[in-house]
Amino acid sequence: MKRTPDVAPIVTALDRPNSYIGRSVPRPNLARLTQGRAQYVSDITLPRMAHVAFVRSPHAHARISKIETTAAKQAAGVIAVVTGAELAKVMTPWVGVLTHLKGIKSAPQHPIAVERACWQGEAVCAVVARTRALAEDACELVEVSYEELTPVTDAETALDPTTQVIHPELEDNLTFERKHEAGAPDQGFAQADAIIETTFRFGRHTGVTNEARSIVADWNPGEQRLTVYQGTQAPHMMQNLFAKHLGLEEHQVRVLTKDVGGSFGIKVHTYADEMATVALAKLLRRPIKFVADRLESFVTDIHARDHRVKAKIGVTRDGTITAFEIDDLTGIGPYSVYPRTSGIEANQVVNLVGGPYTCPNYRARARVVFQNKNVMCQYRAVGHPIATSVTEGLVELAAAQIGLDPLELRRRNLIPDDAYPATGASGIKFEALSHHACLAHIDSMMNYAGLRAEQARLRGQGVHRGIGFAAFIEVTNPSAAFYGIGGARISAQDGATVRLDATGALFCATGVTEQGQGTEAVIAQCVATAFGVPLERVRVLTGDTDNVPYGGGTWASRAAGIGGEAAWQAGKALRANVLAAAASILQADPKKLDISNGVIVDADNGRERIGLDEVARVVYFRPDTLPPGFQAEMVATRHYVPRGYPFAFTNGIQASYLEVDTDTGFIKLLKHWCVEDCGTVINPQLVDEQIRGGIVQGIGAALFEHCVYDERGQLLNGTMADYLVPMAPEMPDIEVGHVVTPTADSELGAKGAGEAGTAGASGGIMNAVNDALRPLGATPITEIPMTPDVVLRALNKI
Amino acid sequence: MTDRVRVALTVNGERVDAEVEPRQNLVDFLREELQLTGSHIGCEHGVCGACTVRVDGTIVRGCLMLAVQCDGDRVETIEGLSDSGDVADLQAAFCERNALQCGFCTPGMLLTAQELLLQSGAAPSREQIREHLSGNYCRCTGYQAIVDAVEAVALARQGQTP
Repeated sequence: MKRTPDVAPIVTALDRPNSYIGRSVPRPNLARLTQGRAQYVSDITLPRMAHVAFVRSPHAHARISKIETTAAKQAAGVIAVVTGAELAKVMTPWVGVLTHLKGIKSAPQHPIAVERACWQGEAVCAVVARTRALAEDACELVEVSYEELTPVTDAETALDPTTQVIHPELEDNLTFERKHEAGAPDQGFAQADAIIETTFRFGRHTGVTNEARSIVADWNPGEQRLTVYQGTQAPHMMQNLFAKHLGLEEHQVRVLTKDVGGSFGIKVHTYADEMATVALAKLLRRPIKFVADRLESFVTDIHARDHRVKAKIGVTRDGTITAFEIDDLTGIGPYSVYPRTSGIEANQVVNLVGGPYTCPNYRARARVVFQNKNVMCQYRAVGHPIATSVTEGLVELAAAQIGLDPLELRRRNLIPDDAYPATGASGIKFEALSHHACLAHIDSMMNYAGLRAEQARLRGQGVHRGIGFAAFIEVTNPSAAFYGIGGARISAQDGATVRLDATGALFCATGVTEQGQGTEAVIAQCVATAFGVPLERVRVLTGDTDNVPYGGGTWASRAAGIGGEAAWQAGKALRANVLAAAASILQADPKKLDISNGVIVDADNGRERIGLDEVARVVYFRPDTLPPGFQAEMVATRHYVPRGYPFAFTNGIQASYLEVDTDTGFIKLLKHWCVEDCGTVINPQLVDEQIRGGIVQGIGAALFEHCVYDERGQLLNGTMADYLVPMAPEMPDIEVGHVVTPTADSELGAKGAGEAGTAGASGGIMNAVNDALRPLGATPITEIPMTPDVVLRALNKI
Repeated sequence: MTDRVRVALTVNGERVDAEVEPRQNLVDFLREELQLTGSHIGCEHGVCGACTVRVDGTIVRGCLMLAVQCDGDRVETIEGLSDSGDVADLQAAFCERNALQCGFCTPGMLLTAQELLLQSGAAPSREQIREHLSGNYCRCTGYQAIVDAVEAVALARQGQTP
């Protein structure tokens, strides 16, 4: 079995006795998950619980003229049949806009469509019954009369004056537009010896979480409280939204998130059917459960990445990049998704294009338009795969054009490792990155020269292999700059509460959540190290708005960097409190004591003085023996939010090695490498597995995944048999390396690692395919997924 | 609605007598009637492998078999195999190698891997492991850690070290 070697921490503040920082310790929740003893929301059953199923619009755009519910109401097991108009009396609609995305607009969205359905799959009526099967039976009996309207499906023509405006009150189909210009792009292009101009196309794809979206909502009229069990990444955000739209106070709502069967950004949004489930619980005064089935998931889970980017790069003969220019167009469905908006991905594309490079000349435009397809919103590595594929695609096309090795062209243009702090052409601020160190590391790790030799040798035998790279930057540890300043009540800060229990064990409640990435392990590592106990003495609680500090949850690669720092600080604060109590018991100077491996010791020589269990015993059961006036405080809470930089950017580079069958168009991935820099590595194994999983998600986008719509707005491949996802046989082994540049914004120095893999994978693979096909005179491929027919078209074979 | 049908089967060694709707599939029966929620539902049409259980010693898709078809059969789920220690070494290797993140695919993945390891004489290659797991969808790991864990157990059962 290959094990990731432990990385020694490099920050002295972390160098505590028995430090767990930098160690691949196992996650505490794994055994439960391997034994089938987890508790996913789909597993939950409550007394008097009923199930809801939804009648969904078969049309992309239609007026609802009549809903006949009499037969459904009389069907076996049916408790209620509720239309959008009826539910609108219980829950108010929402509009997905933020003030810092200047000019963004959207229309009010209801939990169930009222009068008009705007995409195929939008719920138009709810049926609540004793079982899900009975609810589905009765859905068949609901008769909805539709008057079909012209659907707007093509983003390219959505803004044409002749195209129907989906929401007439908004006057046009433009959701959001951003323009940016920096340096002197025209002058840059004038100085270029070669200009490459092309159009990149990215297929719409979706998250396909293994466990579909699930929610159980329980309104207790006796307590006037709503308890919601939800597979979500942001429990406090959802608490706020449920309360706001039901007209409740936040303290009347408790959101519980236990095990979650995969998220990846899919479960950080407001979904109409989940809001409807909560509203139905209040209306019917009993627990209601909704678990999306897979067909519903494909037409209602957010989609992402449907972008068309016209892009241009200028380069001199000696390999200096002189300018970048992009024009991005993306269609996001009929509503901007609440509350994070659907403008963020395009905004990120503008922010990130050209990001790794020194070139100051940059012009960008991004337009986000409405259309009658399922909604799009933020999904793992928001905007990054698009920006990286465009930037790195242009860079390798430019290298080929001027006859320079693609790594060498990067060496000549990447921001030097000693040039920080630096500002990118889009205005983004970098504290400290390590592009050149990462490039050197991947060059040797993959034996680049050896692979080039092998590629040339096999080329002579008619075997067409390609090597492609993608340097990338990743947004992590977001401050309030991401959502808070735009008016969204999404916490940028996070908190941790650490308590010494009566036997000397620690309990930590954290605002960040566990989606399987290893949050519980990382939080326990931070607390155990900061306080000074063995790891198994720390128990971590996540996902309970009644019992954890207010926090943002898990998104934008923030759980370890922000939640981890809060836990670290809370552990330190409790250590000081416990040492004060121990000093009081021992009549010693607290400054001369420390806690090591669960025992109070002399700080200078490590001599054991008193056990934590004994401190706890005295504090809790014999406080009468403590000096008068001394009050022990065995709970400490600390919060953390990055203040130095709006985001902790990370960086890295990926490489793909693959073989193209030029007769069938099939692509075989042989190997993939990634070197990344997420600052202090708290748990090397967990970081590597985030990178690997993220890369495979990017591979899915590069080769397989595509939500295919027809011109009527019908999704043509909305099943797992038709929508291809990465499976084990086609995936390569992935080698991961690290460069460590801690952020000085926190004591831990950890940045995020959850999205780096996805950010670079598709761009690297696209470049490798083009590298394989270039000597064959193929047209460069600038679209994903690169299905066999795309490859064969590039080769002019079909 | 069609009348319920009486079935008698053994689930994880316990005799179960039940009346089931003819349309109810096996995994819904296990989850809803017996509260054995360790077997999961991912796609409901036999593609993702999350509902994999054992019937009379052979793994099946719990979403493609009806509960009425299991009359007289011996059904084993992850809960039973955990208690009996049947897959204990695989479970330990999955934990050691972090071969699961969200864990939703893991029960199905363990049963499928165990089938391969019980079948083969020599330890299977990484390619054979990947091929055998080809019907089990994992969105989190990228599969490499799973292949590592299964390979390690395959070698250990042959008395070799990875």
